[in-house]
Amino acid sequence: MSPGNSIRKFTIKVLGIGGAGCNAARHFARLNLPDVPCALLNTDAAALGQATSESKVLLGFKSMRGLGAGGDPERGRQAAEEDRDQIRAACEGADLIFIIAGVGGGTGTGAGPVVARIAKESGALVLAMVILPFDCEGGRRQRQAQMGLQEFKKAADGVICLPNQKLLQFVDEKTSLPEAFAIGNDWVAQGVRSMWRMLSQPSLINVDFADLCGVLRDRHAEGSLATAEAQGENRATEVINKLLAHPLIENGHGLAETAGALVSIAASNLTMNEVTRIMEQITRHCEQAHVIMGASIDESFGDRLSVTLVASRRESAANEEPPAHSRMEVPSNARFTNPAPPPAVQLPNGHGHGHGHGRGRKSSSRLRQTQLPLEILSKGRFEKSEPTLHQGQDLDVPTYIRRGVALN
Amino acid sequence: MFDSASIIVGLEIGTSKVCAVVGEINAAGSLNIIGVGQCRSRGVRKGEIVDPATTSEDVRNAIVEAEQMADVEIRSVYLGVTGGHIRGFTNRGVHPVVSADREITKEDVEDVIKNAKAINLPAENYVLHAIRQHFLVDGQDGISDPVGMLGARVEVDMHVVHGSFNRLQNPIRVVKGLQLDVEAIVFNGLASSLALLTNEQKEMGALVIDLGAGATEYAVYSNGIIKQIGALAVGGDHISNDLAFGLKAPLSRAEELKVQHGAALLDDSVKGQTVTVKNELGFAGKTINIEHLRRIMSLRLEEIFQLIEQQLSSAGFLDYLRAGVVLSGGGARTAEIQKLAENVFQLPAVVGKTNCVNGLRSALDQPEFATGIGLVKFGSFQQKKRRTGVARSIRESFHSLLNRE
Repeated sequence: MSPGNSIRKFTIKVLGIGGAGCNAARHFARLNLPDVPCALLNTDAAALGQATSESKVLLGFKSMRGLGAGGDPERGRQAAEEDRDQIRAACEGADLIFIIAGVGGGTGTGAGPVVARIAKESGALVLAMVILPFDCEGGRRQRQAQMGLQEFKKAADGVICLPNQKLLQFVDEKTSLPEAFAIGNDWVAQGVRSMWRMLSQPSLINVDFADLCGVLRDRHAEGSLATAEAQGENRATEVINKLLAHPLIENGHGLAETAGALVSIAASNLTMNEVTRIMEQITRHCEQAHVIMGASIDESFGDRLSVTLVASRRESAANEEPPAHSRMEVPSNARFTNPAPPPAVQLPNGHGHGHGHGRGRKSSSRLRQTQLPLEILSKGRFEKSEPTLHQGQDLDVPTYIRRGVALN
Repeated sequence: MFDSASIIVGLEIGTSKVCAVVGEINAAGSLNIIGVGQCRSRGVRKGEIVDPATTSEDVRNAIVEAEQMADVEIRSVYLGVTGGHIRGFTNRGVHPVVSADREITKEDVEDVIKNAKAINLPAENYVLHAIRQHFLVDGQDGISDPVGMLGARVEVDMHVVHGSFNRLQNPIRVVKGLQLDVEAIVFNGLASSLALLTNEQKEMGALVIDLGAGATEYAVYSNGIIKQIGALAVGGDHISNDLAFGLKAPLSRAEELKVQHGAALLDDSVKGQTVTVKNELGFAGKTINIEHLRRIMSLRLEEIFQLIEQQLSSAGFLDYLRAGVVLSGGGARTAEIQKLAENVFQLPAVVGKTNCVNGLRSALDQPEFATGIGLVKFGSFQQKKRRTGVARSIRESFHSLLNRE
């Protein structure tokens, strides 16, 4: 891949943190991608014991004897702080680290962001795939999950959200629990694999990590990830239909609020026509977004065509509180006040966002300042009515917001 | 007192108001508006009923008011419908003339119309109107009646307005629940254009835009025929909602501010100007920036016009509208709305007046009543047709829709 020996090969590592993260990482390890080592980090020795081949790190053995964090993010965080050195060793030598963690519990929520920070300090770029809990898991877990997500956003270069709740759309009445989780893990694994392919395999239209960061970073909103595959004669049409039907894309409605999107197309033989058809559909759904496209030829694909879409929502459309707001909220939960990262770590991270990115992103950050300090974007009286969609735009959302007109 | 056949009632169940207009055909055959009843609508969103029980109450109130004003008993209505699901498109029917002498007969014309009506629609769609446009004989355009002409091939364009069957059923059920008959259902955009345009305007080409609270309808006329009809589920409610959101005011307050301080254009005179609104106790409360209000409002209105403009310019209709744009509906009361329409369409724009019927001046002058009056006008056309026996009963044609329980 690289022209000479002087250039070091780009290395990727996958870290699974906590119960959900480890399961997903194990699932990923079964794909057997070359040169992508997996490491599992958990506070629960028993859960870690099930794993076979991958390298494992037991966190916080000194304080909790390998019995798990008990759903308490604070203990998860302490465990990770205790074993900083081991974590650093696990991160050693990687250029890009995927962190897979399920938030809502103890280890993923508490230890995950710490690991992300350590990984970043070790010099790697960090992309966190955060699995959000099911709605039925209760309010407390949801709150913890949201806090964990905020922490991840501060610590990692990019965050991709995978809400478990959306899994339910794939699940029918007869699906067993292991099957359902396997579907979820498969999502994660496919996502990581397609991103690995996108970033490390040679391609016709190259997408590099800076592009990916450009899409995800500085949006102050979580990204979403969808992969679809199809084969046969009409594979381009099929694949785009599948992609738009993906629960994370919400029938294409999700795309309307997209600020940046990265599309990667892979196949063993790819026609120009197919590429245009796919890109036309995607750009039509997110007209105002900054869309980056990549295409790669992979002989192992046979007849299949695979499209991966990484999209980040426009900040006003994202279901998140503004940073000022969440900081105010932190003291209300005394237990979680301490783990707020030290400013020294936070600052360079916060400022580092600005440099080296394109025009589209600059204007979006200016837009962010001039907008009202928004609460959740509400459609007011049209909340419950059928949305009026026109070329991917939801006309129920005020025009001035869609056009980004500032009210100063 | 009155012959019931000469009383025609138009009922519009709108998003902001329910309005019943009573018209009477007098001995001379001309149409007279003799009563109007209206009631605030509470159960309608975007032109479609979301709460049948309250809507039924509102309709009853409006009907009762109209009955009292006109001093008649209302038994049947012409019902206006709208909604984002309603679409119009033009379909062309072709028929070869087979007779030996190549003379086009009445049967040929009936056949070609039948062909043009045969369109592929999903089963759940219902054709509201099939409006005949001009005939073409051997490619020669602009023929209004080809019977008796010679030709090898006769074609006709039909503008078909259709909507979702089930969603059209909702207002009908509400009206029938009040023991009223529905004579016909009419698309609101068509009705208001009937009320507003004179024959000359239709001939010269005009665009009618009805800016309702829940939906915006439009109709394009050129050379005396309807070229295109459409609806957009965006209206005055959206403006209020945008204002409520942008100015952080409750919806009712936003509505008030829209009426009092709103305008379609943003001019320099309001720069930095603010107004202090009173709170519920009558004391000075929140300060609202008029500039923001105008900006939010003008962007939304401009967008509505632009969406219509895009649809029409792609079909190339804008070049044929010599009579310009005619605005109606509650939105037409917005200050400077004509100027905005002129800017967007590059055509002269006026707020429409229903000058083609006689009767209550107060009702006729208001743009909100254009649809109701248009419904009455539609009814009068139907009745004339029925009396002269030109067309089969319109009720027959709506049979499948009206008698489904």
